Amino acid sequence: MKRILLTLALIATAAFGTFSSRADTSTNTPPPPPPPASVEQRLESLEAYISNGDPTAPLKDTNGNVVVTSPIMSSLSNSTGSTYTYPGPGHNAWLLTSTALVLFMTLPGLALFYGGLVRKKNVLSVLAQCFLITGLVTILYIICGYGMIFGGTGDMTKDWVKGIVGDPHVCWMFANVTSAPNPNYSYWVSENVYAMFQMMFAIITPALIVGSIAERMKFSAILVFMTLWMFIVYFTQGHMVWGINGLMNGCWNAGAKIHGLDFAGGTVVHMTSGWSGLVLCIILGKRLGFPKEPMPPHSIVLTYIGASMLWVGWYGFNSGSAVAADVIAANAFTTTTIATAVGSFVWPMWEWVVKGKPSVLGFCSGAVAGLVLITPACGYVLPSGAIWIGIAAGTIPWFFCYKVKGWLGMDDALDAWSVHGIGGMCGAIMTGMFARNAANANMATNLKAYVTDTIFQPQLKEQLKTVGVTLVLVILGTIVCAYITKMLVGLRPTEEVEVAGLDLAEHGEEGYHS
Amino acid sequence: MKKIDAIIKPFKLEEVKDALSEIGIEGMTVSEVKGFGRQKGHTEIYRGSEYTVDFLPKIKIEIVIADNQVDAAVGAIIKAAKTGKIGDGKVFVSPVETAVRIRTEEKGDSAV
Repeated sequence: MKRILLTLALIATAAFGTFSSRADTSTNTPPPPPPPASVEQRLESLEAYISNGDPTAPLKDTNGNVVVTSPIMSSLSNSTGSTYTYPGPGHNAWLLTSTALVLFMTLPGLALFYGGLVRKKNVLSVLAQCFLITGLVTILYIICGYGMIFGGTGDMTKDWVKGIVGDPHVCWMFANVTSAPNPNYSYWVSENVYAMFQMMFAIITPALIVGSIAERMKFSAILVFMTLWMFIVYFTQGHMVWGINGLMNGCWNAGAKIHGLDFAGGTVVHMTSGWSGLVLCIILGKRLGFPKEPMPPHSIVLTYIGASMLWVGWYGFNSGSAVAADVIAANAFTTTTIATAVGSFVWPMWEWVVKGKPSVLGFCSGAVAGLVLITPACGYVLPSGAIWIGIAAGTIPWFFCYKVKGWLGMDDALDAWSVHGIGGMCGAIMTGMFARNAANANMATNLKAYVTDTIFQPQLKEQLKTVGVTLVLVILGTIVCAYITKMLVGLRPTEEVEVAGLDLAEHGEEGYHS
Repeated sequence: MKKIDAIIKPFKLEEVKDALSEIGIEGMTVSEVKGFGRQKGHTEIYRGSEYTVDFLPKIKIEIVIADNQVDAAVGAIIKAAKTGKIGDGKVFVSPVETAVRIRTEEKGDSAV
């Protein structure tokens, strides 16, 4: 009886439905809700979680519109304006962790690494500068930085100008950046998580510059300089290399003019900071007393602790740049480990051979150099390539620290240029030599003609072009930022302050009371 | 009363303290100092920078004793602190005008 009534009710509803839709052609009725996705479609969406594919692809029609409803669709829109699926728990968890790891690289990894290398009277200045930059960059990034690097909607593959300079209006004050993924950058990681992850990169990059100008740049000058530098150099470079419509985003932008590869920031982070450091330390001039007065590190112990923290945190930096917990993240983790360990071995071996003693600072520097060189390459090369990159890391930056810096005679206090500037450049170039399709299937989408699995493949030339553009932007941009800062607040502290130490004069504190 | 300033190698401090204790001299003031005489410094290398550090760490011992103990004290110090290598240090003896023990306000030899 119940079943008969139910069937009758269903027929009545269907009849009423068709009846009413036929009868109401003259008034505006809302379109019927989309039909639910089939079990097969829903299964395919879930399988996309495992393969890091697009979960909405099985739900779309030939025009690319989502035409069925599925429990996987959230009610949240992302910054491109469309609603999207829920984030994938595993992928999101890895990126949440990676974000914390990259913050850890700056606070306290880099702070201690650099802090130990300066003289006792300036240790707090380094710590203060790292923390200052953390807060400052966060504010700039939230206001418009994220949008400038990553924002954008619609087909932006071929817009020349938009490919260089991002749009500060997109995501102004972090609007529309929600927990829904932005498929321009990830199918399964929340856009806010990705934004926070990338913000940590934006933070550590200017902090690296501190290495070149340590012990002789005013706190106020750093505040002004870094603000200008983020806009002129970092947001621009980040957009060109990583923006979905970036001029040099070879992997993901079909309309890129330069087909550059930079997995985790060899150009965006290391080349910009290292070469900027070089320009700035030339403009600033040497520390008083350099090179006659001995200025040895006041605590190699702190430097060692910092370097070790950098290595651990860098796993988030490199492997997290896969923006998924997938096969590419796994490979990036592997190549990062190999290059870093090899670099940390090779550098002190050179010291042993040439100077007679392997130093603790050599182990630390070799590890950091390995990390720097593998940064642009980690998601694109195989473990075998990582070994060569590690050997180069222990050799080339070592040689620049050991000899070239002396030839040039400038005071790159903590070797930011030798390790990050030169190292980042070498890493970017070696990415061109060692990128292999077997390491990363995504390259086949837009770079089939460039990555041909040989050392002197066409990708190498694209990397050289990328490096060239980066150098021009960084050098010119830094000169502009430096001279504006000099005009506004001056760059160097007074002689008395520099001799007494920045800690007491600028922060009113002493690092140690002995 | 005489004051003895002895500059010695840091690792010799315990030996010198024990040697002085054996001849009845219990009190002393010790400070960590830096200095050099004929002993050359050492080289430290940090990445590309090589520094010659001239100043070497030393220990300075100061004692004030009665005149009749001076020869024994100097002898004890030299015997304990000597290694035979350059950088062993020096002993200086100078006259002292007065000495006062703060707690009891005793003056002169009984104060040391």
